[in-house]
Amino acid sequence: MKSLAELALIRKRMMDKVNLRKDDKIDTRIVVGMATCGIAAGARPVMLEFVEELKRRGIDNVTVAQTGCVGMCHLEPIVDVYVKDEPKVTYVHMTPEKVARVVNDHIVNGRPVEEYTIGAQE
Amino acid sequence: MDLIRSHVMVCCGTGCSSSNSAAIIEEFEKQLAAKGLDKEVRVVHTGCFGLCQAGPVVIIYPEGAFYAHMKPENVERIVEEHLVKGRVVKEFLYKEAVEEDNRIKSLENVEFYKKQKRIALRNCGVIDPENIEEYIAFDGYKALGKVLTEMKPEEVIDLVTRSGLRGRGGAGFLTGMKWKFAAASVSDKKYVCCNADEGDPGAFMDRSVLEGDPHVVIEAMAIAAYAIGADQGYIYCRAEYPIAVKRLEIAIRQAREYGLLGEDIFGTGFNFDLEVRLGAGAFVCGEETALMTSIEGHRGEPRPRPPFPAVKGLFGKPTILNNVETYANIPQIINNGWEWFAAMGTEKSKGTKVFALGGKVNNIGLVEVPMGTTLREIVYDIGGGCPNGKKFKAAQTGGPSGGCIPASHLDVKIDYDNLTAIGSMMGSGGMIVMDEDNCMVDIARFFLDFTVDESCGKCAPCRIGTRRMLEILERIVEGKGEDGDIEKLENLAKTIKATAMCGLGQSAPNPVLSTLKYFRHEYEAHIYEKRCPAGHCKKLLTYKINATKCRGCTMCARNCPAGCISGKVREPHVIDTTKCLKCGVCMEKCKFDAITRS
Repeated sequence: MKSLAELALIRKRMMDKVNLRKDDKIDTRIVVGMATCGIAAGARPVMLEFVEELKRRGIDNVTVAQTGCVGMCHLEPIVDVYVKDEPKVTYVHMTPEKVARVVNDHIVNGRPVEEYTIGAQE
Repeated sequence: MDLIRSHVMVCCGTGCSSSNSAAIIEEFEKQLAAKGLDKEVRVVHTGCFGLCQAGPVVIIYPEGAFYAHMKPENVERIVEEHLVKGRVVKEFLYKEAVEEDNRIKSLENVEFYKKQKRIALRNCGVIDPENIEEYIAFDGYKALGKVLTEMKPEEVIDLVTRSGLRGRGGAGFLTGMKWKFAAASVSDKKYVCCNADEGDPGAFMDRSVLEGDPHVVIEAMAIAAYAIGADQGYIYCRAEYPIAVKRLEIAIRQAREYGLLGEDIFGTGFNFDLEVRLGAGAFVCGEETALMTSIEGHRGEPRPRPPFPAVKGLFGKPTILNNVETYANIPQIINNGWEWFAAMGTEKSKGTKVFALGGKVNNIGLVEVPMGTTLREIVYDIGGGCPNGKKFKAAQTGGPSGGCIPASHLDVKIDYDNLTAIGSMMGSGGMIVMDEDNCMVDIARFFLDFTVDESCGKCAPCRIGTRRMLEILERIVEGKGEDGDIEKLENLAKTIKATAMCGLGQSAPNPVLSTLKYFRHEYEAHIYEKRCPAGHCKKLLTYKINATKCRGCTMCARNCPAGCISGKVREPHVIDTTKCLKCGVCMEKCKFDAITRS
């Protein structure tokens, strides 16, 4: 170790890997429906895309979790976004392509993407 | 590309390892691979979470779900339900973590953790102790960087002094002061040592720090070395801590690879390296002069002080020796400032203290509380009180050098000075809870037995004096105590305290003195009435058959190994107390509760 900068670099690189354990740092949860119906509809690439997109943007206060079937199998892949102190937003018929916009508009700028939500579908 | 979305933290401290957490890790890895989750869920080996009673313990993030008493056969369901479907398996959670309305409580709100403040144990159970990068991610080695690049040695010493940090090994000497003396000594070579020879029965604070966060000790020792002008350090760890030794060695190797030990650290020209030395199981080697003699390769025996180690220590050079827990506080004092540390605790004892809570208490484990927390809070709020509704009698702190604190002092604010004032001591942090079934004379005998065993034999008061005390105590618990024994004990205790050479000898009579102070009536009952009030001392018990309850079933007579029960069938039996061995078999076998013990 020859400099403080080198140490800071390791810290930054490792931060993403351990952030999950720092409860106080997490303010948003992205929950992907990953029951049989979700997986069959393509939830897995969606979830992986979320993880990657967050990493690309260096966002460290968001976790990606998964959940079971909520009963609306025809709307899968379903993704719920829980921003701290705000009502849950449910996105349906998600695809990996839609992920970037959800992260950009909703997670970063705080404006849910209305057209992808369950409200727009009905 | 790593897509880790969940961490499964499995405790690999000594407690959970001995209840086979290794098999749980293996099972998790197997199940995750079978479900194809091994690329997105990481299994992390960590140090002790503190709640050893609930071990083996597993925590799954990001939910922070706290699974207790894990069994390998439960792993499949947790993987299936929690990690695949995202449903926490409530029935396997630590019972208190599930609220009455079935919601899951966060870990900080569980009674056991609520009143705790984890500073020395900050990273225990949170990081993988075998991965230096995880330590760095949690601000590791930041304090060392700051010290080397921004601070002068005297500034470091000043900061540590102002924080009010006192030695956590037991004596409670101001750490900054110790460093100052060593820094002031002029010498071509100086040493920094760490005392990890934790020997008090029932104490395991240092073990948990070394197992859960070994890098913190390395970082703090490097800081200390810079402050006093040393370039070599030794960690003296007992060989009975194999996991701690292994992790320390891994940590030292990694620190060398990353250039955090060795030459020219952070490009500042500062050199420091470390070695581990193993103790061979002698209690006396926890005494500072004996410890250094042992590192030098001699028989571990203490020597008189002065000269103090800060002037003439290891290999005759100025040396500082601090306890593991003391070191574990240093990096955070540097990072957060002395004001932050000094704001916690009482007037003369700052910061927090780790206690190994054991004995007759529901939540056995490791707790870290701010100084000034009362014994009641530790035993009842954190520890959950005595099991089976028994009454609290006393808490033993300070190990064989400490004393017993009776129920009347439950509300004493725990710090160095208050504990000394009530006849016990802080010690290294062992805290053994005793209930109404514990005989205090026998407790004193137990600790004396330990000291007699562990006396190095160099000075007569300790070698001979403690043995005489033990003999008297053994007589008392066997019902052969005589008038005058208590006075003899007191006399011996005073002499040993005043004349023994090292701290261990001087404090050896403490368990007797403190039990005499608070439980003199128990000694008197043993000596004059030949009775053990707690019903613990075997030789003083008498078994009797209640003639009205006895149906004459002959069960007791047939099972008595001494053949001392006689009587005819369907008629009340009688125990011949002169032949009775007091084994209690008759009482166990009797189906009519006709046999009583007093």
